[in-house]
Amino acid sequence: MTEFLSVAPQVLFGQLLVGLINGSFYALLSLGLAVIFGMLNIVNMAHGAFYMLSAFLGWLLLTHTGLGYWWALVLAPLTVAALGIALERCLLRHLYRLDPLYSLLFTFGIALILEGAFRHYFGVSGQAYPIPELLKGGHNLGFMFLPTYRAWVVVFSMAVCFGTWYAIERTRLGAYLRAATENPTLVQVFGINVPVMISLTYALGVGLAGLAGVLAAPIYQVSPLMGSNIIIVVFAVVVIGGMGSILGSILAGLSLGILEGLTKVYYPEASNIVVFVVMALVLMVKPTGLFGKEH
Amino acid sequence: MPDRHRPETTGAPVLLSVRDLNAWYGESHVLHGVNMEVRKGEVVTLLGRNGAGKTTTLRSIMGIVSKRTGDIEYEGKDLTRLPMHVIGRSGIGYVPEERGIFASLSVDENLLLPPVVRPGGMTVEQIYALFPNLQGRGSTQGTRLSGGEQQMLAIARILRTGMRLLLLDEPTEGLAPVIIEQIGVAVRALRERGFTIVLVEQNFRFASQLADRHYIMDEGKVVDMIPASELAKNSERLQRYLGV
Repeated sequence: MTEFLSVAPQVLFGQLLVGLINGSFYALLSLGLAVIFGMLNIVNMAHGAFYMLSAFLGWLLLTHTGLGYWWALVLAPLTVAALGIALERCLLRHLYRLDPLYSLLFTFGIALILEGAFRHYFGVSGQAYPIPELLKGGHNLGFMFLPTYRAWVVVFSMAVCFGTWYAIERTRLGAYLRAATENPTLVQVFGINVPVMISLTYALGVGLAGLAGVLAAPIYQVSPLMGSNIIIVVFAVVVIGGMGSILGSILAGLSLGILEGLTKVYYPEASNIVVFVVMALVLMVKPTGLFGKEH
Repeated sequence: MPDRHRPETTGAPVLLSVRDLNAWYGESHVLHGVNMEVRKGEVVTLLGRNGAGKTTTLRSIMGIVSKRTGDIEYEGKDLTRLPMHVIGRSGIGYVPEERGIFASLSVDENLLLPPVVRPGGMTVEQIYALFPNLQGRGSTQGTRLSGGEQQMLAIARILRTGMRLLLLDEPTEGLAPVIIEQIGVAVRALRERGFTIVLVEQNFRFASQLADRHYIMDEGKVVDMIPASELAKNSERLQRYLGV
């Protein structure tokens, strides 16, 4: 078979798939961050910790109660979302009147506490999480081998991402959300309970991180460090896409994942920094991000 | 001495009553005991110089200025302890001075945003009949409309909701005379439909053509009330209040 710039197609497409998988996680995570930042003006540093927490919840469900992947995919994100509501109502809410730096530091503290607690109880070595029976195996596409689970992750996360995009950009509930992002007081004067909407938005954002956590469990190992490993890249993705931009975070997540994959093939040494190089370039040319609006 | 702050008895029930309303922005005490009443079906203006407390009075009624004391009753129900969204749901529609058209929403989305809180709101067709300029602009971004059209949209969107008392904060500010004329026609049509309207205005000519009564505010208080019928013989008094 033909080679692409002296790279075997199996290697190229293999890395592209890895890039697409990573991109799906970037997209899911940065989407949640964008939703939270857009509506609450909070840079949610605890996002990676919620992603890790959800993966652990899935693993604990399996090892302690025997409830498998499909249960985890529903229960863990819902639990994380409920925790998010509690956190927002009891603690974060008091910081809205202060400089956004306070909520950034506060959520960073939450992340450190969660990560520290899990390190203490489970150590830093990862726990394996099996691929569910239904999604085992794969297909030989001729030019590459496509594992079923990975295909599922890509398709499912894209469906969730574009579903969320549709809900926010095209429905009435989404119109409330967008309006409240601009002028929460006026939306509340119209008779809409904005404080509850803010709680639910935070819950949605961290719930998406929770969903990503369970999806990631069978691919990466379930480890207390998995959140902090991915979150820095995700923040770069959010900046590139444009802070608060829904579509921007999805598209930037996917394309940067793919770009990372391609860099691994052609210039592996740069694969860890390519996202940050792009971020620096974007910040120089368009500081509000590719899809961000001028304020 | 007759109480100047009480309306003449029109027979219609009192819809909104504000008694001894004090309000603060942070430490700054801006309303010092505002008293006013609005009866069902009336158009009442709040007149006064810049900084007299007209906008703050509206914002305090809606709960946007939350640090306030005194009584605000709407349909006999005390509003002062209710959260903003419950005040909105009780049937008071608010059109802020800055109009508050959402940039991230289309004209249609802006129009349909406020939820219907009571039956009896106008249909979208009736609203278009009142504001023909808005027709066919549905997919335009809300803030791309002209200033006058944005004002029309800001009023239009609360007419759907079934709210019966409208608080309009300077609807003519910065608009061309021909647009002001259209807004005037619309406000008159709304009064004929039975809406009760509180109008904050700097444009006295506009206000005098529409209102039944005028409350005059100065330094955070209502200092006088002049019924429309007595406007002519009180023009000197009014000049004194509003003159610079």
